[in-house]
Formats: sequence, C-alpha cells, structure tokens
Amino acid sequence: MREFAYQRATGVREALMADARYLAGGTNLVDLMKTGVETPDRLVDGRGLDLGGIRTAGDGGLVLGATATNSVVAADARVRRDYPAVSQALLAGASGQLRNMATVGGNLLQRTRCAYFADPSEPCNRREPGTGCPALHGVHHNHAILDWTEHCVATHPSDFAVPLTAFDAVVRYETLAGPGEIPLPEFYPPVGGRPDRETVLPPGALITEVVLPVAPVTRRSRYRKVRERASYAFATVSVAAALDVEDGVVRDVRVALGGVASRPWRARRAEAALLGGPATPERFRTAAAAELAAAEPLRDNAYKVTLARNLIVAVLTELEGQR
Amino acid sequence: MTDETRTEISLLVNGETSVLIVDNRRTLLDALREQLGLTGTKKGCDQGQCGACTILVDGRRVVSCLTLAVTADGVGVTTVEGLAEDGELSPLQEAFVRLDGLQCGFCTPGQLCSAAGMLAEHAAGWPSAVTRGGTPDLDEAEIRERMSGNLCRCSAYPSIVRAIQETAVSR
Ligand SMILES: Cc1cc2nc3c(=O)[nH]c(=O)nc-3n(C[C@H](O)[C@H](O)[C@H](O)COP(=O)(O)OP(=O)(O)OC[C@H]3O[C@@H](n4cnc5c(N)ncnc54)[C@H](O)[C@@H]3O)c2cc1C
Ligand code: SF4
Ligand code: FES
Ligand code: FES
Repeated sequence: MREFAYQRATGVREALMADARYLAGGTNLVDLMKTGVETPDRLVDGRGLDLGGIRTAGDGGLVLGATATNSVVAADARVRRDYPAVSQALLAGASGQLRNMATVGGNLLQRTRCAYFADPSEPCNRREPGTGCPALHGVHHNHAILDWTEHCVATHPSDFAVPLTAFDAVVRYETLAGPGEIPLPEFYPPVGGRPDRETVLPPGALITEVVLPVAPVTRRSRYRKVRERASYAFATVSVAAALDVEDGVVRDVRVALGGVASRPWRARRAEAALLGGPATPERFRTAAAAELAAAEPLRDNAYKVTLARNLIVAVLTELEGQR
Repeated sequence: MTDETRTEISLLVNGETSVLIVDNRRTLLDALREQLGLTGTKKGCDQGQCGACTILVDGRRVVSCLTLAVTADGVGVTTVEGLAEDGELSPLQEAFVRLDGLQCGFCTPGQLCSAAGMLAEHAAGWPSAVTRGGTPDLDEAEIRERMSGNLCRCSAYPSIVRAIQETAVSR
C-alpha cells in the first residue's frame, strides 16, 4: 500500500479544504488501497462530521445522512415502513460486520467488482484508460447485458443504489464552490468511451445526504436479489420494484435492475408499458420483455436476460398479490 | 517515511489503554496482533470476506482487516480476549465449548465476536434479509443469515448455530 497522510475533519468546510480523498467505512477504499488499485496520498476521515442522522424532510420525504451506516438505515422504522425496498436492498448486501462500517455515501461510490479491475497486473480501461478491456472476451459471466460498450462491460455492484434509482432519490453534495444535487437516475453516466468517469459528481465533492422523495408508491415496494449463494454475495441480477394499483389499474409503478449495466438500470420501458393498464401477469410479462428487448448479452451471460425478465415478473406479481 | 504518514493513537482495548505510534497504512488487525500482542483475532482473507478478524468497536461488530488503526484512536475495542468476565467464560463462549462449535478453531474468535455483536443487534430490533414483519425470534434461518459474514472452513456451522441459539434463548 502506498503511504498516505491522514486527518479527521469535524466540519464540512474543513473536509473540503483538505483536498484529500474521503474515507468513510473504508470497506471498499481500504480494500482497493491494499491491492494498489487506489493510491490516494491523503485521506480525510469524514465520520466525525455531523452527517450520520436520518431525518424527516419538510415535505414528508426522508433524508439519509451521508455517514449513516448501512445497518442503521436498514433498521430505521421509517425506512422499513415507507421505503421497504431500500431496507431490503441494504440487508441483502455484504455482511452484518460490513454493513456496520459501510455508509450511505461510500456505498454509492463503491467501485465495480470486475476481477480485472481489481488486479493491477491486468489491463483495464476503467482503472487505466486506454489499456483495453480483457473482460469483453474474457471472464464475463457476471458482466453487463445492457448499455455496455467495447470500452467496458462491467456492472455497478451496489444493491442500495437500485431502489434509490427506482425511487428518484437525490444525492446532495457540497463543494468549495457551493452545494448541488443530482437525482440518482442521472448520477451514474452511461459508460460510453469513459468508463473511468463513474459519476457526474464534480471533482472534490463531498456527498452530504441522500433524499428519498415522498411517493405513495414506495410504500409497497420490494427488492429481490439473485446470487450464486444464499447470502453474502454480490447480485447476478436484482430488481427493485414498487407498484400502486387502484381498481385493477396501475396508477404508479417503479422498476430498476441491478447487475445488468454499468449503472443501476431504471426500467423506463417496462414502467411505460404498465402505467395506466391492467395489473395482470400478462402485462407484467409484456413489460419485462419490452425492457429486455434491448439487451445485448456477452458470450457467457445470456442467462441474465431470462433471469432479469423473470425476476421483474415475479416481483410485480408478488407486489400485486400483497394488496 | 515522513511524519505525516504516522500517527500517535490511543487504543482502548478490552478496558486497557495503550498509546502507540502507527503507520497510517496499518490495519487495526495488524496493530492488535503485532503491536499489542493480542493474537486471538485472526487474519483469514485480509479482504473483508471471511469474518475471522471480527472484533467489536464501541459494541458494534466490524472487520478489523478493513479498519485502519489510525481511525480507532479513542474508540473502545473488544477482542475475543475481552469476552470473558472476571476469568469466567461468557455464556456464549461456554456454549461454543460445550456444543463443539468449532473444529480447528481458526474462525472461532471471529465467530464469537460476531455472535456477541449480532445478539445485541437482534436485541435492538434490527431486521435481517430473512426477516418478515416485526422483530423475529432467532431461529436457525435468522442465525444463519445474520452470521453469513463468518465463514468456517471446517464447516462447523450446525454446532455454531446451536451454540448461538442456545445462548439467545437463555438470555
Ligand atoms: C466482502 C464484501 C462483500 C460485499 N458485498 C456487497 C453486496 O453484496 N452488495 C453491495 O451493495 N455491496 C457489497 N459490498 C460493498 C460495500 O457495500 C461497500 O464497500 C460499502 O458500501 C462502501 O461504503 P464505505 O462507507 O465503506 O466506503 P469507503 O470504502 O470508505 O469509500 C468508498 C468510496 O466512496 C468515497 N466516499 C465515501 N464517502 C463519501 C462522501 N460522503 N462523499 C464523497 N465521497 C465519499 C471514498 O472516497 C471512496 O472512493 C461488499 C464489500 C465487501 C468487502
Ligand atoms: S469490464 Fe470494465 S472494469 Fe472490467 S476489465 Fe473491462 S474495462 Fe475494466
Ligand atoms: S481477515 Fe478480515 S474478513 Fe477475512
Ligand atoms: S473451526 Fe476451523 S475454520 Fe471454523
């Protein structure tokens, strides 16, 4: 590991002035520093900042502080009641120990689990632009099926980011030039030719909070994750969905997929196919097929197309049955 | 090595304070084992994947291999050496011994610290991925899910689960 300076910040301005890499739970950053993928020369520890709370927003939404741990958010009574898919996604991620360390901000900025990315002896456009993408024709059974380019076929690993994308949550941040906010569906840009550009956060920005907007639909929501073992593994495919049905007609619906693209994938085609129509299994199947029609599986991951389709149908059917 | 890359910290481990100078790169796991001589905490993967290095920080279970020692300045750490009270094994440790919750024993310190933290989380009403509805009893499915961050290469899982369940019931 490369040597680095360390300091603690007690105020947001102090953290911004440090001109350093932010350290939160360290569960991703420290791991990647050990292997030499990350080489910061200065860390500023943000856990002393007063950003660990969860509060109700003026309009009834919920504001999650950037340093609140994944465990605390998952256990929060308001999150469990009004945004069940958010609690479920957090609980489906990592382990009890890691969730006690991992934070709201760090979770959203965790880096891909592509094995080539994690190994500095391999080329990788995301880690070192211009070196190539060995996963394109290499080991890629758990890589993307949507929106990839020949520059990078990796997926985004976060479970938490999937329901946040479905629910149009908003990331708030601070920079020395002032504050800003970005809705989750725009937070991660399409991979295009720049896989190293992972978010649209301005350089040096400190995430301060994530806002969950009020929407009646989120109360009936569900996160379901398929993985290679029953617990403590990253998703192969996951779905966050919410469904609001009145008199058999879909009034509001949200669907997002994890494990299929370089960013959490908002399934807008599926949503459009469902909105205003009957909440029936046939419609769920049509909507899922419409979303996955654009899929371009790699040599070894066509199974994800079927899996994603079936998972969307299963979760919507379950939500409809819960009424 | 310049001064900026080392830090003097005060570590409160199992009720005793030690002041030491650490390289900022040092993990809490290595500081415990190599600077404080507390070798009960084990290094399995050193990547956050196995749980062998689990300790309690201010009562919460964490993996010490992904915790930088410098971040632990001033917090309260409990390792497996600190679980016994006045020389008496804690009920959890006693149950592991009585019910054979181990074979080689390498994962055991992590299992014990993790289980201690997990029981406190459950007592606080925290849900798990298999929880449906309110606060569940700690049945086998709940224990297995909540303890999934601790791998056992000897696969002593059935007796680990039994030892934890027995401790939970008698609390
Ligand atoms: C074995 C293992 C299994 C895992 N399994 C899963 C899983 O199944 N699902 C899943 O979703 N995740 C999983 N994870 C990943 C885990 O969720 C992330 O590592 C964690 O959420 C990162 O949060 P952190 O606070 O530890 O971030 P750090 O590691 O501290 O930081 C991560 C990044 O975010 C930046 N950062 C942190 N906070 C801020 C802020 N406020 N503003 C700006 N930048 C910031 C840091 O500079 C760094 O670049 C797993 C991790 C491990 C080690
Ligand atoms: S898929 Fe992306 S992260 Fe993986 S090797 Fe290719 S460029 Fe790197
Ligand atoms: S040694 Fe820390 S989790 Fe394996
Ligand atoms: S007892 Fe041997 S690894 Fe668990």
